[in-house]
Amino acid sequence: MNAHHADLIALLAGLAAVLVTASIAGHVLQRRLSPDGTNNVIENLNDRVKAWWIMIVLMGLALLFGRFGTTLLFAFASFAALREFITLTDTRRADHWALAAAFFLVLPIQYYLIYIDWYGLYSIFIPVYAFLLMPIIAALRGDTNRFFIRIAEVQWALMICVFCVSHVPALLSLQIPGYEGRNVLLIAFLVIVVQSSDVLQYVWGKLLGRTKIAPHLSPSKTVEGFAGGALSATALGAALYWITPFSPLQAGLLSFAIVLMGFFGGLVMSAIKRDRGVKDWGHLIAGHGGFIDRLDSVIFSAPIFFHLVRYWWSLT
Amino acid sequence: MGLAAELAATAITLFARFITAVRGIWQGVEPVERQRIYFANHVSHGDFILLWAVLPERLQRRTRPVAGADYWLKSPVRRFIGRDVFNAVLIDRNRETRADDPIAQMAEALDGDASLIVFPEGTRNETDTPLLPFRSGLYHLARARPAVDLVPVWIDNLNRVLPKGEFVPIPFICTVTFGEAMHVKPDEEKDAFIARAEAALLSLKSAENGA
Repeated sequence: MNAHHADLIALLAGLAAVLVTASIAGHVLQRRLSPDGTNNVIENLNDRVKAWWIMIVLMGLALLFGRFGTTLLFAFASFAALREFITLTDTRRADHWALAAAFFLVLPIQYYLIYIDWYGLYSIFIPVYAFLLMPIIAALRGDTNRFFIRIAEVQWALMICVFCVSHVPALLSLQIPGYEGRNVLLIAFLVIVVQSSDVLQYVWGKLLGRTKIAPHLSPSKTVEGFAGGALSATALGAALYWITPFSPLQAGLLSFAIVLMGFFGGLVMSAIKRDRGVKDWGHLIAGHGGFIDRLDSVIFSAPIFFHLVRYWWSLT
Repeated sequence: MGLAAELAATAITLFARFITAVRGIWQGVEPVERQRIYFANHVSHGDFILLWAVLPERLQRRTRPVAGADYWLKSPVRRFIGRDVFNAVLIDRNRETRADDPIAQMAEALDGDASLIVFPEGTRNETDTPLLPFRSGLYHLARARPAVDLVPVWIDNLNRVLPKGEFVPIPFICTVTFGEAMHVKPDEEKDAFIARAEAALLSLKSAENGA
Protein backbone atom coordinates (compact mmCIF):
# COMPACT_ATOMS: atom_id res chain seq x y z
CA MET A 1 0.00 0.00 0.00
CA ASN A 2 1.68 3.20 -1.14
CA ALA A 3 0.65 6.82 -1.39
CA HIS A 4 -1.19 6.56 -4.69
CA HIS A 5 -3.25 3.62 -3.46
CA ALA A 6 -4.13 5.59 -0.37
CA ASP A 7 -5.25 8.57 -2.50
CA LEU A 8 -7.23 6.38 -4.86
CA ILE A 9 -8.90 4.54 -2.01
CA ALA A 10 -9.76 7.84 -0.32
CA LEU A 11 -11.21 9.04 -3.61
CA LEU A 12 -13.21 5.88 -4.23
CA ALA A 13 -14.49 5.89 -0.66
CA GLY A 14 -15.57 9.52 -1.08
CA LEU A 15 -17.34 8.72 -4.33
CA ALA A 16 -18.99 5.68 -2.81
CA ALA A 17 -20.28 7.87 0.03
CA VAL A 18 -21.70 10.37 -2.49
CA LEU A 19 -23.30 7.54 -4.44
CA VAL A 20 -24.79 5.85 -1.40
CA THR A 21 -26.38 9.20 -0.53
CA ALA A 22 -27.56 9.65 -4.13
CA SER A 23 -28.95 6.10 -4.26
CA ILE A 24 -30.86 6.54 -1.02
CA ALA A 25 -32.18 9.93 -2.12
CA GLY A 26 -33.14 8.47 -5.52
CA HIS A 27 -34.90 5.57 -3.84
CA VAL A 28 -36.85 7.83 -1.48
CA LEU A 29 -37.79 10.18 -4.32
CA GLN A 30 -38.94 7.24 -6.39
CA ARG A 31 -41.08 5.87 -3.55
CA ARG A 32 -42.65 9.30 -3.04
CA LEU A 33 -42.97 10.74 -6.53
CA SER A 34 -42.68 7.91 -9.01
CA PRO A 35 -43.91 4.65 -7.46
CA ASP A 36 -44.95 3.28 -10.86
CA GLY A 37 -41.83 4.43 -12.72
CA THR A 38 -43.62 7.15 -14.67
CA ASN A 39 -41.71 10.23 -13.49
CA ASN A 40 -39.03 10.59 -16.16
CA VAL A 41 -36.85 12.95 -14.15
CA ILE A 42 -36.63 10.57 -11.21
CA GLU A 43 -36.13 7.50 -13.40
CA ASN A 44 -33.41 9.28 -15.37
CA LEU A 45 -31.71 10.34 -12.14
CA ASN A 46 -31.70 6.78 -10.84
CA ASP A 47 -30.37 5.50 -14.17
CA ARG A 48 -27.49 7.92 -13.92
CA VAL A 49 -26.72 6.90 -10.35
CA LYS A 50 -26.61 3.26 -11.48
CA ALA A 51 -24.28 4.11 -14.36
CA TRP A 52 -22.06 5.93 -11.86
CA TRP A 53 -21.89 2.86 -9.67
CA ILE A 54 -20.71 0.84 -12.65
CA MET A 55 -18.02 3.42 -13.39
CA ILE A 56 -16.82 3.42 -9.79
CA VAL A 57 -16.58 -0.36 -9.79
CA LEU A 58 -14.64 -0.24 -13.06
CA MET A 59 -12.27 2.35 -11.65
CA GLY A 60 -11.76 0.13 -8.62
CA LEU A 61 -10.94 -2.76 -10.94
CA ALA A 62 -8.43 -0.55 -12.74
CA LEU A 63 -6.71 -0.12 -9.38
CA LEU A 64 -6.62 -3.89 -8.87
CA PHE A 65 -5.33 -4.85 -12.30
CA GLY A 66 -3.20 -1.79 -12.97
CA ARG A 67 -2.03 -0.81 -16.39
CA PHE A 68 -2.91 -4.03 -18.18
CA GLY A 69 -6.44 -4.15 -16.76
CA THR A 70 -7.10 -0.50 -17.53
CA THR A 71 -5.90 -0.81 -21.12
CA LEU A 72 -7.97 -3.95 -21.63
CA LEU A 73 -11.04 -2.31 -20.10
CA PHE A 74 -10.88 0.61 -22.51
CA ALA A 75 -10.13 -1.71 -25.43
CA PHE A 76 -13.45 -3.42 -24.71
CA ALA A 77 -15.14 -0.05 -24.34
CA SER A 78 -13.79 0.85 -27.79
CA PHE A 79 -15.04 -2.43 -29.19
CA ALA A 80 -18.55 -1.90 -27.86
CA ALA A 81 -18.57 1.72 -29.04
CA LEU A 82 -17.30 0.81 -32.50
CA ARG A 83 -19.94 -1.91 -32.79
CA GLU A 84 -22.64 0.66 -32.02
CA PHE A 85 -21.18 3.24 -34.38
CA ILE A 86 -20.74 0.85 -37.31
CA THR A 87 -24.30 -0.44 -36.86
CA LEU A 88 -25.60 3.06 -37.61
CA THR A 89 -23.48 3.54 -40.76
CA ASP A 90 -24.42 2.72 -44.34
CA THR A 91 -21.68 0.21 -44.97
CA ARG A 92 -22.12 -2.29 -47.78
CA ARG A 93 -20.84 -5.74 -48.48
CA ALA A 94 -17.77 -4.32 -50.20
CA ASP A 95 -16.70 -2.84 -46.86
CA HIS A 96 -16.50 -6.25 -45.25
CA TRP A 97 -12.73 -6.54 -45.21
CA ALA A 98 -12.19 -2.91 -44.28
CA LEU A 99 -14.53 -3.39 -41.30
CA ALA A 100 -12.90 -6.67 -40.33
CA ALA A 101 -9.57 -4.84 -40.34
CA ALA A 102 -11.01 -2.03 -38.21
CA PHE A 103 -12.29 -4.41 -35.52
CA PHE A 104 -9.69 -7.15 -35.51
CA LEU A 105 -6.48 -5.38 -36.56
CA VAL A 106 -6.62 -1.63 -36.03
CA LEU A 107 -8.33 -1.75 -32.62
CA PRO A 108 -6.06 -4.39 -31.00
CA ILE A 109 -2.92 -2.86 -32.51
CA GLN A 110 -3.83 0.61 -31.23
CA TYR A 111 -4.30 -0.69 -27.69
CA TYR A 112 -1.17 -2.81 -27.88
CA LEU A 113 0.80 0.30 -28.86
CA ILE A 114 -0.76 2.13 -25.93
CA TYR A 115 0.18 -0.75 -23.64
CA ILE A 116 3.83 -0.84 -24.73
CA ASP A 117 3.84 2.98 -24.63
CA TRP A 118 5.01 3.60 -28.20
CA TYR A 119 3.80 7.20 -28.37
CA GLY A 120 5.41 7.90 -31.75
CA LEU A 121 3.30 5.22 -33.39
CA TYR A 122 0.03 5.17 -31.45
CA SER A 123 -0.49 8.88 -31.96
CA ILE A 124 -0.34 8.50 -35.76
CA PHE A 125 -1.38 4.90 -36.30
CA ILE A 126 -5.07 5.63 -36.97
CA PRO A 127 -4.79 9.20 -38.37
CA VAL A 128 -2.07 8.18 -40.86
CA TYR A 129 -1.82 4.44 -41.46
CA ALA A 130 -5.43 3.39 -40.96
CA PHE A 131 -6.59 6.58 -42.70
CA LEU A 132 -4.76 5.60 -45.87
CA LEU A 133 -5.05 1.82 -45.73
CA MET A 134 -8.79 1.49 -45.05
CA PRO A 135 -9.94 3.22 -48.27
CA ILE A 136 -7.41 1.13 -50.19
CA ILE A 137 -8.95 -2.08 -48.86
CA ALA A 138 -12.44 -0.79 -49.68
CA ALA A 139 -11.40 0.35 -53.16
CA LEU A 140 -9.91 -3.05 -53.99
CA ARG A 141 -13.39 -4.54 -53.71
CA GLY A 142 -14.44 -2.34 -56.63
CA ASP A 143 -17.85 -1.18 -55.38
CA THR A 144 -18.01 2.59 -56.00
CA ASN A 145 -21.58 3.06 -54.84
CA ARG A 146 -21.50 5.92 -52.27
CA PHE A 147 -17.80 5.16 -51.84
CA PHE A 148 -16.89 8.54 -50.38
CA ILE A 149 -19.57 8.42 -47.70
CA ARG A 150 -18.74 4.84 -46.75
CA ILE A 151 -15.03 5.38 -46.25
CA ALA A 152 -15.63 8.65 -44.40
CA GLU A 153 -17.98 6.88 -41.98
CA VAL A 154 -15.49 4.15 -41.21
CA GLN A 155 -12.72 6.72 -40.67
CA TRP A 156 -14.91 8.66 -38.28
CA ALA A 157 -15.89 5.52 -36.43
CA LEU A 158 -12.25 4.62 -35.87
CA MET A 159 -11.20 8.10 -34.81
CA ILE A 160 -14.09 8.50 -32.36
CA CYS A 161 -14.42 5.03 -30.94
CA VAL A 162 -10.82 3.79 -30.99
CA PHE A 163 -8.37 6.67 -31.32
CA CYS A 164 -10.07 9.10 -28.93
CA VAL A 165 -11.07 6.49 -26.34
CA SER A 166 -7.55 5.03 -26.32
CA HIS A 167 -6.23 8.33 -24.98
CA VAL A 168 -7.77 7.54 -21.60
CA PRO A 169 -5.44 4.58 -20.85
CA ALA A 170 -2.63 6.50 -22.60
CA LEU A 171 -2.71 8.84 -19.59
CA LEU A 172 -1.02 6.02 -17.66
CA SER A 173 2.16 6.38 -19.71
CA LEU A 174 2.80 10.07 -19.04
CA GLN A 175 5.95 10.65 -17.00
CA ILE A 176 5.37 13.51 -14.64
CA PRO A 177 8.19 14.24 -12.16
CA GLY A 178 7.05 13.69 -8.60
CA TYR A 179 3.85 11.93 -9.77
CA GLU A 180 5.33 8.51 -10.55
CA GLY A 181 3.00 5.56 -10.05
CA ARG A 182 -0.08 7.72 -9.52
CA ASN A 183 -1.21 8.20 -13.13
CA VAL A 184 -4.38 6.19 -12.66
CA LEU A 185 -5.59 9.20 -10.66
CA LEU A 186 -5.43 11.28 -13.86
CA ILE A 187 -8.02 8.91 -15.35
CA ALA A 188 -10.13 9.26 -12.21
CA PHE A 189 -9.80 13.07 -12.44
CA LEU A 190 -10.86 13.13 -16.11
CA VAL A 191 -13.81 10.79 -15.62
CA ILE A 192 -15.04 12.53 -12.45
CA VAL A 193 -14.89 16.00 -14.01
CA VAL A 194 -16.62 14.88 -17.22
CA GLN A 195 -19.35 12.91 -15.51
CA SER A 196 -20.04 15.44 -12.77
CA SER A 197 -20.24 18.11 -15.45
CA ASP A 198 -22.94 16.04 -17.19
CA VAL A 199 -24.84 15.57 -13.93
CA LEU A 200 -24.44 19.19 -12.77
CA GLN A 201 -25.54 20.59 -16.14
CA TYR A 202 -28.57 18.39 -15.88
CA VAL A 203 -29.31 19.54 -12.32
CA TRP A 204 -28.76 23.26 -13.06
CA GLY A 205 -30.83 22.91 -16.22
CA LYS A 206 -33.71 21.42 -14.22
CA LEU A 207 -33.43 24.19 -11.60
CA LEU A 208 -32.88 27.30 -13.72
CA GLY A 209 -33.01 26.25 -17.38
CA ARG A 210 -34.85 28.75 -19.60
CA THR A 211 -32.90 29.46 -22.79
CA LYS A 212 -32.33 26.50 -25.08
CA ILE A 213 -28.76 26.34 -26.31
CA ALA A 214 -29.25 24.02 -29.30
CA PRO A 215 -32.96 23.36 -29.74
CA HIS A 216 -32.48 21.27 -32.88
CA LEU A 217 -29.80 19.03 -31.44
CA SER A 218 -30.51 18.53 -27.81
CA PRO A 219 -33.71 20.18 -26.58
CA SER A 220 -32.89 19.52 -22.93
CA LYS A 221 -29.63 21.52 -22.95
CA THR A 222 -29.97 25.12 -21.77
CA VAL A 223 -27.60 28.07 -21.42
CA GLU A 224 -28.28 28.25 -17.68
CA GLY A 225 -27.68 24.53 -17.25
CA PHE A 226 -24.49 24.68 -19.25
CA ALA A 227 -23.10 27.74 -17.42
CA GLY A 228 -24.02 26.44 -13.97
CA GLY A 229 -22.80 22.91 -14.71
CA ALA A 230 -19.57 24.03 -16.34
CA LEU A 231 -18.69 26.41 -13.52
CA SER A 232 -19.52 24.02 -10.70
CA ALA A 233 -17.72 21.11 -12.41
CA THR A 234 -14.70 23.38 -12.89
CA ALA A 235 -14.82 24.26 -9.20
CA LEU A 236 -15.09 20.57 -8.33
CA GLY A 237 -12.08 19.82 -10.57
CA ALA A 238 -10.07 22.57 -8.87
CA ALA A 239 -11.00 21.09 -5.50
CA LEU A 240 -9.64 17.73 -6.65
CA TYR A 241 -6.17 19.17 -7.29
CA TRP A 242 -4.76 16.98 -4.46
CA ILE A 243 -5.09 13.84 -6.58
CA THR A 244 -3.34 15.49 -9.54
CA PRO A 245 0.13 16.95 -10.24
CA PHE A 246 -1.55 20.34 -10.80
CA SER A 247 -2.02 23.43 -8.64
CA PRO A 248 -5.66 24.28 -7.80
CA LEU A 249 -5.70 26.96 -10.53
CA GLN A 250 -4.21 24.59 -13.11
CA ALA A 251 -6.64 21.84 -12.11
CA GLY A 252 -9.49 24.35 -12.55
CA LEU A 253 -8.32 25.46 -16.00
CA LEU A 254 -7.85 21.87 -17.18
CA SER A 255 -11.27 21.00 -15.81
CA PHE A 256 -12.75 23.89 -17.77
CA ALA A 257 -11.14 22.58 -20.98
CA ILE A 258 -12.45 19.08 -20.21
CA VAL A 259 -15.94 20.41 -19.52
CA LEU A 260 -16.06 22.47 -22.73
CA MET A 261 -14.88 19.58 -24.90
CA GLY A 262 -17.27 17.20 -23.17
CA PHE A 263 -20.23 19.51 -23.72
CA PHE A 264 -19.51 20.10 -27.40
CA GLY A 265 -18.72 16.43 -27.86
CA GLY A 266 -22.18 15.63 -26.58
CA LEU A 267 -23.67 18.06 -29.10
CA VAL A 268 -21.72 16.54 -32.01
CA MET A 269 -22.77 13.02 -31.08
CA SER A 270 -26.40 14.19 -30.77
CA ALA A 271 -26.17 15.66 -34.26
CA ILE A 272 -25.04 12.28 -35.61
CA LYS A 273 -27.89 10.52 -33.82
CA ARG A 274 -30.41 13.02 -35.25
CA ASP A 275 -28.95 12.49 -38.70
CA ARG A 276 -29.51 8.75 -38.33
CA GLY A 277 -32.96 9.17 -36.80
CA VAL A 278 -32.22 7.35 -33.55
CA LYS A 279 -32.60 8.43 -29.96
CA ASP A 280 -29.83 6.34 -28.46
CA TRP A 281 -26.70 4.74 -29.86
CA GLY A 282 -27.69 1.34 -28.59
CA HIS A 283 -29.33 -0.65 -25.83
CA LEU A 284 -26.42 -1.87 -23.77
CA ILE A 285 -28.49 -1.84 -20.60
CA ALA A 286 -32.26 -1.52 -20.94
CA GLY A 287 -33.27 2.12 -20.51
CA HIS A 288 -29.70 3.42 -20.32
CA GLY A 289 -29.00 3.93 -24.00
CA GLY A 290 -25.83 2.65 -25.53
CA PHE A 291 -22.18 2.71 -24.70
CA ILE A 292 -21.50 5.86 -26.72
CA ASP A 293 -24.35 7.65 -24.92
CA ARG A 294 -22.40 7.19 -21.68
CA LEU A 295 -19.00 7.87 -23.24
CA ASP A 296 -19.57 10.76 -25.64
CA SER A 297 -18.19 13.58 -23.49
CA VAL A 298 -15.17 11.47 -22.41
CA ILE A 299 -14.45 10.73 -26.06
CA PHE A 300 -14.06 14.40 -26.93
CA SER A 301 -12.22 15.51 -23.83
CA ALA A 302 -9.73 12.64 -23.42
CA PRO A 303 -7.31 13.44 -26.30
CA ILE A 304 -7.28 17.17 -25.49
CA PHE A 305 -6.68 16.56 -21.79
CA PHE A 306 -3.96 14.04 -22.67
CA HIS A 307 -2.11 16.44 -24.95
CA LEU A 308 -2.41 19.44 -22.64
CA VAL A 309 -0.96 17.45 -19.76
CA ARG A 310 1.68 15.86 -21.94
CA TYR A 311 2.82 19.21 -23.36
CA TRP A 312 3.10 21.06 -20.08
CA TRP A 313 3.83 18.39 -17.48
CA SER A 314 5.23 15.23 -19.01
CA LEU A 315 8.89 14.53 -19.69
CA THR A 316 8.25 12.26 -22.67
CA MET B 1 -27.41 -32.87 -23.86
CA GLY B 2 -23.89 -34.11 -23.14
CA LEU B 3 -21.30 -31.99 -21.40
CA ALA B 4 -19.36 -31.26 -24.60
CA ALA B 5 -22.55 -30.20 -26.36
CA GLU B 6 -23.57 -28.02 -23.43
CA LEU B 7 -20.16 -26.30 -23.37
CA ALA B 8 -20.30 -25.82 -27.12
CA ALA B 9 -23.79 -24.31 -26.84
CA THR B 10 -22.55 -21.84 -24.21
CA ALA B 11 -19.47 -20.96 -26.26
CA ILE B 12 -21.47 -20.43 -29.45
CA THR B 13 -24.05 -18.28 -27.66
CA LEU B 14 -21.37 -16.19 -25.94
CA PHE B 15 -19.59 -15.67 -29.25
CA ALA B 16 -22.85 -14.65 -30.92
CA ARG B 17 -23.49 -12.15 -28.13
CA PHE B 18 -19.95 -10.78 -28.33
CA ILE B 19 -20.32 -10.10 -32.05
CA THR B 20 -23.94 -8.94 -32.18
CA ALA B 21 -24.92 -7.83 -28.65
CA VAL B 22 -28.21 -9.45 -29.69
CA ARG B 23 -31.39 -8.30 -28.00
CA GLY B 24 -34.79 -9.96 -28.12
CA ILE B 25 -37.82 -7.69 -28.54
CA TRP B 26 -40.93 -9.53 -27.37
CA GLN B 27 -43.40 -7.34 -29.19
CA GLY B 28 -46.35 -9.64 -29.90
CA VAL B 29 -45.81 -12.57 -27.51
CA GLU B 30 -44.16 -13.13 -24.15
CA PRO B 31 -41.22 -15.49 -23.62
CA VAL B 32 -43.36 -18.09 -21.87
CA GLU B 33 -43.38 -21.88 -21.96
CA ARG B 34 -45.81 -22.60 -24.73
CA GLN B 35 -45.32 -24.75 -27.77
CA ARG B 36 -44.56 -22.60 -30.80
CA ILE B 37 -43.36 -22.66 -34.37
CA TYR B 38 -41.08 -19.64 -34.78
CA PHE B 39 -40.85 -18.69 -38.45
CA ALA B 40 -38.07 -16.24 -39.34
CA ASN B 41 -36.32 -14.55 -42.21
CA HIS B 42 -33.19 -16.36 -43.35
CA VAL B 43 -30.00 -14.57 -44.36
CA SER B 44 -27.26 -16.56 -42.69
CA HIS B 45 -26.42 -19.88 -41.08
CA GLY B 46 -26.25 -17.95 -37.82
CA ASP B 47 -29.97 -17.08 -37.89
CA PHE B 48 -31.23 -19.84 -35.65
CA ILE B 49 -28.30 -19.31 -33.26
CA LEU B 50 -29.35 -15.68 -32.70
CA LEU B 51 -33.00 -16.63 -32.27
CA TRP B 52 -31.98 -19.41 -29.89
CA ALA B 53 -29.65 -17.07 -27.97
CA VAL B 54 -32.43 -14.65 -26.99
CA LEU B 55 -34.74 -17.40 -25.72
CA PRO B 56 -34.78 -17.99 -21.95
CA GLU B 57 -32.94 -21.17 -21.00
CA ARG B 58 -36.08 -23.17 -20.26
CA LEU B 59 -37.37 -22.45 -23.76
CA GLN B 60 -34.01 -23.19 -25.36
CA ARG B 61 -34.12 -26.80 -24.19
CA ARG B 62 -37.31 -27.60 -26.07
CA THR B 63 -36.73 -25.45 -29.15
CA ARG B 64 -35.31 -27.25 -32.20
CA PRO B 65 -34.25 -25.58 -35.44
CA VAL B 66 -35.30 -27.18 -38.72
CA ALA B 67 -32.34 -27.24 -41.08
CA GLY B 68 -31.09 -28.76 -44.31
CA ALA B 69 -29.43 -32.14 -43.83
CA ASP B 70 -27.16 -31.50 -46.83
CA TYR B 71 -25.46 -28.62 -45.02
CA TRP B 72 -25.45 -29.86 -41.43
CA LEU B 73 -24.29 -33.43 -42.10
CA LYS B 74 -21.42 -32.45 -44.37
CA SER B 75 -18.57 -32.48 -41.83
CA PRO B 76 -18.08 -33.87 -38.30
CA VAL B 77 -18.02 -30.35 -36.81
CA ARG B 78 -21.28 -29.35 -38.48
CA ARG B 79 -22.83 -32.66 -37.52
CA PHE B 80 -21.85 -32.08 -33.89
CA ILE B 81 -23.23 -28.51 -33.89
CA GLY B 82 -26.39 -29.32 -35.82
CA ARG B 83 -27.36 -32.61 -34.22
CA ASP B 84 -25.77 -32.73 -30.77
CA VAL B 85 -25.68 -29.06 -29.75
CA PHE B 86 -28.87 -27.68 -31.24
CA ASN B 87 -30.75 -30.95 -31.67
CA ALA B 88 -31.85 -29.83 -35.13
CA VAL B 89 -34.60 -31.52 -37.08
CA LEU B 90 -32.59 -32.30 -40.20
CA ILE B 91 -34.60 -32.51 -43.38
CA ASP B 92 -33.60 -33.58 -46.87
CA ARG B 93 -34.21 -30.64 -49.18
CA ASN B 94 -33.83 -32.65 -52.35
CA ARG B 95 -37.33 -33.60 -53.51
CA GLU B 96 -36.18 -36.35 -55.89
CA THR B 97 -34.02 -38.37 -53.55
CA ARG B 98 -35.52 -37.89 -50.15
CA ALA B 99 -36.89 -40.78 -48.17
CA ASP B 100 -38.63 -38.85 -45.38
CA ASP B 101 -41.39 -36.31 -45.76
CA PRO B 102 -40.14 -33.07 -44.10
CA ILE B 103 -43.62 -32.10 -42.91
CA ALA B 104 -44.04 -35.49 -41.24
CA GLN B 105 -40.62 -35.08 -39.58
CA MET B 106 -41.57 -31.65 -38.23
CA ALA B 107 -45.00 -32.84 -37.08
CA GLU B 108 -43.33 -35.72 -35.26
CA ALA B 109 -40.99 -33.28 -33.48
CA LEU B 110 -44.02 -31.19 -32.48
CA ASP B 111 -45.74 -34.30 -31.16
CA GLY B 112 -42.62 -34.85 -29.06
CA ASP B 113 -43.47 -31.51 -27.39
CA ALA B 114 -40.71 -29.53 -29.14
CA SER B 115 -41.00 -25.97 -30.39
CA LEU B 116 -39.56 -25.42 -33.86
CA ILE B 117 -37.57 -22.73 -35.63
CA VAL B 118 -38.31 -22.73 -39.36
CA PHE B 119 -37.22 -20.56 -42.27
CA PRO B 120 -40.12 -20.61 -44.73
CA GLU B 121 -38.13 -18.92 -47.49
CA GLY B 122 -36.44 -22.31 -47.83
CA THR B 123 -33.03 -20.87 -48.60
CA ARG B 124 -30.84 -18.01 -47.53
CA ASN B 125 -31.87 -14.66 -48.95
CA GLU B 126 -28.95 -13.03 -50.75
CA THR B 127 -30.97 -10.49 -52.68
CA ASP B 128 -31.65 -6.86 -51.82
CA THR B 129 -35.33 -7.59 -51.21
CA PRO B 130 -36.07 -8.04 -47.52
CA LEU B 131 -37.90 -11.35 -47.92
CA LEU B 132 -38.06 -14.08 -50.56
CA PRO B 133 -41.50 -15.57 -51.39
CA PHE B 134 -42.33 -18.30 -48.85
CA ARG B 135 -42.39 -21.90 -49.97
CA SER B 136 -45.52 -23.83 -49.15
CA GLY B 137 -43.96 -25.81 -46.27
CA LEU B 138 -45.19 -23.45 -43.56
CA TYR B 139 -48.77 -23.84 -44.80
CA HIS B 140 -48.62 -27.63 -44.82
CA LEU B 141 -47.04 -27.66 -41.36
CA ALA B 142 -49.73 -25.31 -40.04
CA ARG B 143 -52.42 -27.55 -41.53
CA ALA B 144 -50.82 -30.66 -40.04
CA ARG B 145 -50.76 -29.18 -36.48
CA PRO B 146 -53.26 -26.27 -36.55
CA ALA B 147 -53.35 -25.77 -32.77
CA VAL B 148 -49.69 -24.80 -32.43
CA ASP B 149 -48.92 -21.06 -32.31
CA LEU B 150 -47.08 -19.69 -35.34
CA VAL B 151 -44.86 -16.80 -34.24
CA PRO B 152 -43.21 -14.54 -36.85
CA VAL B 153 -39.66 -13.54 -35.91
CA TRP B 154 -37.68 -10.83 -37.68
CA ILE B 155 -33.90 -11.13 -37.35
CA ASP B 156 -32.36 -7.77 -38.13
CA ASN B 157 -28.84 -6.93 -39.31
CA LEU B 158 -27.36 -10.42 -39.35
CA ASN B 159 -26.92 -10.21 -43.12
CA ARG B 160 -24.37 -7.47 -42.46
CA VAL B 161 -22.49 -9.57 -39.91
CA LEU B 162 -21.71 -12.47 -42.19
CA PRO B 163 -22.71 -12.09 -45.85
CA LYS B 164 -22.61 -15.31 -47.84
CA GLY B 165 -19.10 -16.27 -48.88
CA GLU B 166 -17.39 -14.35 -46.07
CA PHE B 167 -15.96 -16.16 -43.09
CA VAL B 168 -14.91 -13.33 -40.74
CA PRO B 169 -17.96 -11.99 -38.88
CA ILE B 170 -18.18 -8.21 -38.44
CA PRO B 171 -19.64 -6.95 -35.16
CA PHE B 172 -23.03 -5.32 -35.76
CA ILE B 173 -25.78 -4.92 -33.20
CA CYS B 174 -28.62 -7.33 -34.07
CA THR B 175 -32.17 -7.56 -32.84
CA VAL B 176 -34.67 -10.42 -32.87
CA THR B 177 -38.28 -9.21 -32.88
CA PHE B 178 -41.13 -11.59 -32.01
CA GLY B 179 -44.55 -10.77 -33.47
CA GLU B 180 -48.06 -11.86 -32.57
CA ALA B 181 -48.94 -15.54 -32.77
CA MET B 182 -51.09 -16.59 -35.73
CA HIS B 183 -52.92 -19.74 -36.89
CA VAL B 184 -54.18 -21.04 -40.19
CA LYS B 185 -57.93 -20.48 -40.48
CA PRO B 186 -60.12 -23.57 -41.06
CA ASP B 187 -61.00 -22.74 -44.66
CA GLU B 188 -57.99 -20.58 -45.54
CA GLU B 189 -56.41 -21.19 -48.95
CA LYS B 190 -52.69 -21.77 -49.22
CA ASP B 191 -51.90 -18.53 -51.05
CA ALA B 192 -53.96 -16.40 -48.67
CA PHE B 193 -52.28 -17.92 -45.63
CA ILE B 194 -48.78 -17.53 -47.11
CA ALA B 195 -49.48 -13.89 -47.96
CA ARG B 196 -50.72 -13.26 -44.43
CA ALA B 197 -47.65 -14.92 -42.90
CA GLU B 198 -45.28 -12.95 -45.14
CA ALA B 199 -47.01 -9.70 -44.26
CA ALA B 200 -46.87 -10.50 -40.54
CA LEU B 201 -43.12 -11.10 -40.75
CA LEU B 202 -42.43 -8.01 -42.87
CA SER B 203 -44.44 -5.77 -40.55
CA LEU B 204 -41.92 -6.58 -37.79
CA LYS B 205 -39.10 -5.25 -39.92
CA SER B 206 -40.64 -1.80 -40.30
CA ALA B 207 -41.77 -1.74 -36.66
CA GLU B 208 -38.26 -2.53 -35.53
CA ASN B 209 -36.68 0.12 -37.74
CA GLY B 210 -39.06 2.77 -36.50
CA ALA B 211 -38.22 2.04 -32.86
